Amino acid sequence: MRGLAVTIELTLLSMLCASTLAIMMAFGRSYGKQPLPFIALIYEKIFRGIPLIVIFILVYFGLAQIGILIDAFSAAIIGLALHSTAYQIQIYRSAINSIPEGQVIAAQSLGMSKLQAIRYILLPQMLRLSIPGWSNEFTIILKDTSIAIAIGVVELMRQGRYVIVREPSVALYILLVVALIYFIFVFTINRGLSYLEKRYHISGLEITKAR
Amino acid sequence: MPMLDVKNIHKSFETTEVLKGISFSMEKEETKVIIGTSGTGKSTLLRCLNQLDPPDEGEVWLDGEELTNPSIDINRIRQKIGFVFQDFNLFNHLTALRNVSIGLEKVKQLNKEKARERAMDELKRVGLEKQINQYPAQLSGGQKQRVGIARALAMDPDIILFDEPTSALDPELIGDVLDVMKSLYGKVAMLIVTHEMGFARNVADEIIFMEGGVIVEKGPPKQMFQSPTKQRTKEFLGRIATLYGAE
Repeated sequence: MRGLAVTIELTLLSMLCASTLAIMMAFGRSYGKQPLPFIALIYEKIFRGIPLIVIFILVYFGLAQIGILIDAFSAAIIGLALHSTAYQIQIYRSAINSIPEGQVIAAQSLGMSKLQAIRYILLPQMLRLSIPGWSNEFTIILKDTSIAIAIGVVELMRQGRYVIVREPSVALYILLVVALIYFIFVFTINRGLSYLEKRYHISGLEITKAR
Repeated sequence: MPMLDVKNIHKSFETTEVLKGISFSMEKEETKVIIGTSGTGKSTLLRCLNQLDPPDEGEVWLDGEELTNPSIDINRIRQKIGFVFQDFNLFNHLTALRNVSIGLEKVKQLNKEKARERAMDELKRVGLEKQINQYPAQLSGGQKQRVGIARALAMDPDIILFDEPTSALDPELIGDVLDVMKSLYGKVAMLIVTHEMGFARNVADEIIFMEGGVIVEKGPPKQMFQSPTKQRTKEFLGRIATLYGAE
């Protein structure tokens, strides 16, 4: 099951890069001085406008053409991260903007710098608010790793295809197994994250179910 | 030399000039109340003092340091200026206790235990020792505002600025907050923007009446309420008296 391991690695590494980058850009967009908001905005527009497969090909083959050679695995991580960052900025930005600005002003009135206010006041609330959107993005990345097949990364889907080539008679069976593995993985992650969401809710701020 | 010296503050937002040359000063542990109609620049003035909205013109001096000097470390100065907000602005993800202690930990660099003890003392002082572990969303408005006051007090400020601290509260909750503020009289300087005339009359050392971005008149409460010299002051106080009932 080497394919599965590659899929998991691709997902986790690109998620890590994309989340870090997106959180920084989201704060840059909402609380940064120019040109930070502008850069983040342009980034978002560009990378939301290009299909993932085009990004993969650009990163892998395009960069090779100007002499930057990277292996397919790294190219896949970079591609996924660049793509997902653009979407994640929106998740974090809407979370940040839902926190009243007054809290930042209050923190600054205590003598905190803007960075301290972001670190101690905004970030902890923003992360909690982002869990639902984040878990959504997580599953999207996980499934999008299968597109890395285009640049020859041997991940879960590719591995499935290898088996099919060897034993064409069991193609449907293999594909179902691959689908099931994706599903189980996504399902587990989502359960884990919704547990986190409940565990770290802010008391008194829960949305109670309408009766 | 006065503790706080405000000299000829001007502030505009786009084309509207909100403050048109405000000057006054405050001594240590003095209490002054700013009154005036809404939209007359009272809140803007408070935000100009701690440089949340730096004034366009004029100077603010605190303890011999010029806050309007761009090269000053404003984060250090802001520790000395407490701010209590109309809508509390508590940190929603932190308990009452942590709301008060976080500034001590992260700004004053106290260790966790010391910060906690100090925060406890301040919350006791405002009568909230039972609510220390509650989150803002679990507190009433009056309790939230008292946490806000405790949070400001914990930093040992020279002066606390109150921006309409009771305006967002239900009438029956206002008293608790005003009582806490009264208990601070003479212990820390307070500059209070409020519509609570009874409080202004009983507690303030001086009342400042603002209108249209300027100070129309200022003086001790007795003089201001009984024999204001300016026609505008008379009219304003007369209107307030009919609104809130003469006391």
